[in-house]
Amino acid sequence: MEERLSAVLSPYEGRKDALIPMLQKVQEELGYLSEEAMLLIARTTGMPESHVYGVATFYAQFYFSRRGKNQTKICSGTACHVKGAARVKDAFERELGISCGSTSADYEHSLETVACVGSCALAPVVVVNEDVHGQVQTGKIDKILEQSIKD
Amino acid sequence: MSKVTITIDGMQISADEGMTVLEAAQAHGLYIPNLCNHPDLKPAGLCRVCVVKMDDWKVTVSCKQPVKDGMVISTEDPEVQKIRRNTVELIVADHPMTCLTCEADGNCELQRVAHYVGVTPEGLNRYRRKIRNIPMDRSNPFFDIDHSKCILCGICVRTCDELQNINAIDYAQRGVTSLISTLGNKPIADSRCESCGECVVRCPVAALAPKGAQEPMYEVKSICSYCGVGCGVMLGVRGQKVVSVEGDRNNPVNKGSLCVKGRYGYKFINHPERLSTPLIKKNGTLEEASWDEALDLIAEKFSGSKGDKFAALASARITNEDNYLIQKFTRAVMGTNNIDHCARL
Amino acid sequence: MQKVNSPADVAKMREICKAAFARQKLRFLICAGTGCIAGGSLDVYEEFKRVIGERGIDVNVDLLFENKEIEAGTVTSGCHGFCQMGPLVRVEPAGTFYTKVRAKDVEEIVTATLDENAVIERLLYEKPDGSHAATEEDVPFYNRQQRIVLGGCGTIDPEDIREYFAVDGFQALATIFQEHSPEDVIEIVKESGLRGRGGGGFPAGRKWEAGLNAKATPKYVVCNGDEGDPGAFMDRSVLEANPQSVIEGMTIAAYAIGAEFGVVYVRAEYPLAVVRLLKAIEQAKEYGVLGDNIMGTGFNFDIEVFQGAGAFVCGESTALTLSIEGKRGMPRVAPRPRTTEVGLFDKPTLLNNVKSFAYVPDIIRKGAGWFKSIGTESSSGTAVFALTGNILNAGLIEVPMGIKLREIIYDIGGGIPKGGSFKAVQTGGPSGGCLPESLLDTPIDYDSLDEAGSIMGSGGMVVMDERTCMVDVARYFLNFTEEESCGQCVPCRLGTKQLLEILKDICAGKGRKKDIDLLVELSHSVHGGSVCGLGQTAANPVLTTLRYFKDEYEAHINDKCCPARVCTNLISYRIMEDKCAGCTLCARACPVDAISGEKKEVHVIDQGLCIQCGVCMEKCPKKFSAVECVSPKIPIPAKEKTEVVA
Repeated sequence: MEERLSAVLSPYEGRKDALIPMLQKVQEELGYLSEEAMLLIARTTGMPESHVYGVATFYAQFYFSRRGKNQTKICSGTACHVKGAARVKDAFERELGISCGSTSADYEHSLETVACVGSCALAPVVVVNEDVHGQVQTGKIDKILEQSIKD
Repeated sequence: MSKVTITIDGMQISADEGMTVLEAAQAHGLYIPNLCNHPDLKPAGLCRVCVVKMDDWKVTVSCKQPVKDGMVISTEDPEVQKIRRNTVELIVADHPMTCLTCEADGNCELQRVAHYVGVTPEGLNRYRRKIRNIPMDRSNPFFDIDHSKCILCGICVRTCDELQNINAIDYAQRGVTSLISTLGNKPIADSRCESCGECVVRCPVAALAPKGAQEPMYEVKSICSYCGVGCGVMLGVRGQKVVSVEGDRNNPVNKGSLCVKGRYGYKFINHPERLSTPLIKKNGTLEEASWDEALDLIAEKFSGSKGDKFAALASARITNEDNYLIQKFTRAVMGTNNIDHCARL
Repeated sequence: MQKVNSPADVAKMREICKAAFARQKLRFLICAGTGCIAGGSLDVYEEFKRVIGERGIDVNVDLLFENKEIEAGTVTSGCHGFCQMGPLVRVEPAGTFYTKVRAKDVEEIVTATLDENAVIERLLYEKPDGSHAATEEDVPFYNRQQRIVLGGCGTIDPEDIREYFAVDGFQALATIFQEHSPEDVIEIVKESGLRGRGGGGFPAGRKWEAGLNAKATPKYVVCNGDEGDPGAFMDRSVLEANPQSVIEGMTIAAYAIGAEFGVVYVRAEYPLAVVRLLKAIEQAKEYGVLGDNIMGTGFNFDIEVFQGAGAFVCGESTALTLSIEGKRGMPRVAPRPRTTEVGLFDKPTLLNNVKSFAYVPDIIRKGAGWFKSIGTESSSGTAVFALTGNILNAGLIEVPMGIKLREIIYDIGGGIPKGGSFKAVQTGGPSGGCLPESLLDTPIDYDSLDEAGSIMGSGGMVVMDERTCMVDVARYFLNFTEEESCGQCVPCRLGTKQLLEILKDICAGKGRKKDIDLLVELSHSVHGGSVCGLGQTAANPVLTTLRYFKDEYEAHINDKCCPARVCTNLISYRIMEDKCAGCTLCARACPVDAISGEKKEVHVIDQGLCIQCGVCMEKCPKKFSAVECVSPKIPIPAKEKTEVVA
């Protein structure tokens, strides 16, 4: 793993201002930020490791454990909230059998709520993997999953 | 440095330009409650307890507000009082009510501030208490970390960064889940922390507390015996025992700072096997002797050993002054240049 | 000609591009904003290419290089704004505007347009009176709007800079190089009355002037595209649909303050905006209107794109610059120097919102007077809103400042759907407030909204009907700010937590009589004590809902009743005996098997098992409508106590 990451990180050697792009690149590579990866970043940049961790945990985009193959994001923007996002969330939790913010034991699914995805006119919105689904009805989430999940 | 005149609560005081309002107030013995400020560190302005009203309109934090000639400050303005009381109530409502068993009891900034701003049980009862339950980190041999007591003033983080340059800890997460953390929130003992304890002495509550601390009865000024730096220490004594060591803030060498050995390595002082009287070998065995006896013996032997057959080896564990005296004694009294020091090796 | 070598070349470039695109007789513009893509617009686009291609028309022809006439072409465009009706297709030059187009409709559209010169009525927008709108301009959603920033959105291909050239693109930049000193530019911006569109409304000209006057170098121009307000997506649309206008605006700003480097900070959640922006930057450099020696004038300005990592607080200017530097986005604590003095990397930095920059080219080309003539005395120009929530026509709108809320909601938005009634409109996102019916005649401008207890904000406008619980809305926003608070200062970190806990209790029926007073007291202290704008405004949703909807709070606290029937702890579902036909649909859908009843017999909900998910009500066929939601709760009958025999 270290070699893979070193290749990703080498352009940033000694640069302290590029921490966030580095974290993004590493997460792209691994799917999440492992402790080893953060240590490597600290070593590459010469930054204290506590600082790297502090920055990474500040931002919602970063994950610190392995994620599911399929990622379902329930938008919790205002428009979605007003149009019943809470019920959509409950329905997905029941359907996938996991609570928001967690990953299934078989690493098939991760479920989370996210801040506004900016498709408010289609509220309530759910993003499954890359697909944006608008005007989601709780009764039809099995179809949404069917359409967007990877085998 | 040029002087400016400002008014605090109707009292005209003179301050140096570049000072903050809080510094100016403190210099004149005026108390402005605060939690995240520490004289050794850059002001952070985060606890918002030191808010004051400036020129009758602007609410500002006195720890960061530079003084300006003619400035009028009120620390008792009703708006300011309300903001800081609510702010302290919020902290207390988020803080365990375990004062009786707390390490910091009686020496707690939060207690002092809460009392000053008028926090009452009735006021507190209005709040929802939801205290974070994070397991304590007891991994360090010298101090414990209790996140549930942490008020996130950041003094420890700034100490580790600004004073020690270690950066073992930093803010992690954000918002209500914020905490002071190592990478991955691993035990502090597994981090690059050097256990200097500088953060522990500055912690305004007992989020960082020395293990098994005892309140000393009185303090004795001394010099640390570990290395040639010669830091000034205040030994806290209780009965016949040394129970704590604090850096001497008035000592020009260390200005109050200590390293792990100086701060926590004092247990040997109380060790039963520690030599506390000179020993003289008589008939092949070491026997206890008085200082007068021992010094007489040394003087006698030294008198017969002047010149180059004598050599002195000085130690880093005594003060510079003592080291100076040894070389002076060796050269002037013993008449030889055979003098060396362990730190040269 | 491939490159703009002098400011005068821009006009030539425009003519070349215009002439080239004019050789295309017909053009199908398929909206490729995120909303329409979600509806399948990319499939529609592929289908257009296929269908037109089958007719022997080369759809991949580059008109600039091949001097031939073609019968029809197709391109993707940026967001038209009317996302709810997507995917949208616009046929030029006629301007025919098709809504909800599916791939299967494409063949029919092409045939009608090319062969029959006809329009397909069923795909046109149906107006409330039943007639059809032939063109976009004819749709009520659009005809009250005045689109400046959104002007290029939906009419040009954002991935082809030549289309931007064809509509006067980079002409403003050329003009300033030819005619204006930096001081002149600032004077024009000042005179136009442009105020920052990020929410604060600080006069842009004054900020630019401070940027010019700052002594230190290098200087930076930063574009704030960290549009984090839940319920707002206008910056996204501008970046996706017309990124060139932002680039041109930033370059003009750079010229005005003397900066050589710019950064666009884009939210992590907007991947498409990043792609389009990067493409636009690359093309702009290729054409010599960005990068080194712009238009041969010797002026250099380069732009980088920085992707945010998910933190609302980074919309605050100092947090944003710290975030670019690779730090935690914790706003700097006042008193502190202005960002125009000490900003990115501690250097003078001019930071404006996406829309603020996007207005600039038009202001330069058409003059400060033109911009000033739109809107009101204190708030000139237009306002862009993301009109969403319980509204018939949801989407992105641009209206002159001073327009009344009522006009937006009823004339443009078409009012509340399905016979619902208006309750409140929320503007300004988590920093704003909820305004009731009685304030619908409030004109939209910075000062009037402020007075009403809300703010202009970056432009989210969420309409709420009688099924929205205002306590729940306040709880929702506090939940948001609590999560997004950076946590450095006490009033924001713990104040939002405390406010949220109280609101949660009220929603759960555990409110106390004195809670309302405490909410007000704490709100003021959080406002007065917090470090940055996020904390200072965090309590606004509480204060405005308390100001205008206090009775709902009292109903929750005193009567344990949620009048809007939203708060699950205060509601019960009940099957009305006289209406239930025993179809069993609800019983089969109930996730916790709380509904019992035989086929064709009245069903009953076990209140002890029910989790108030509302699926039964959703499933119950309209013709029966047998499930009703009531508040306060139906008491759960106490289970008979079984005596324990020892």
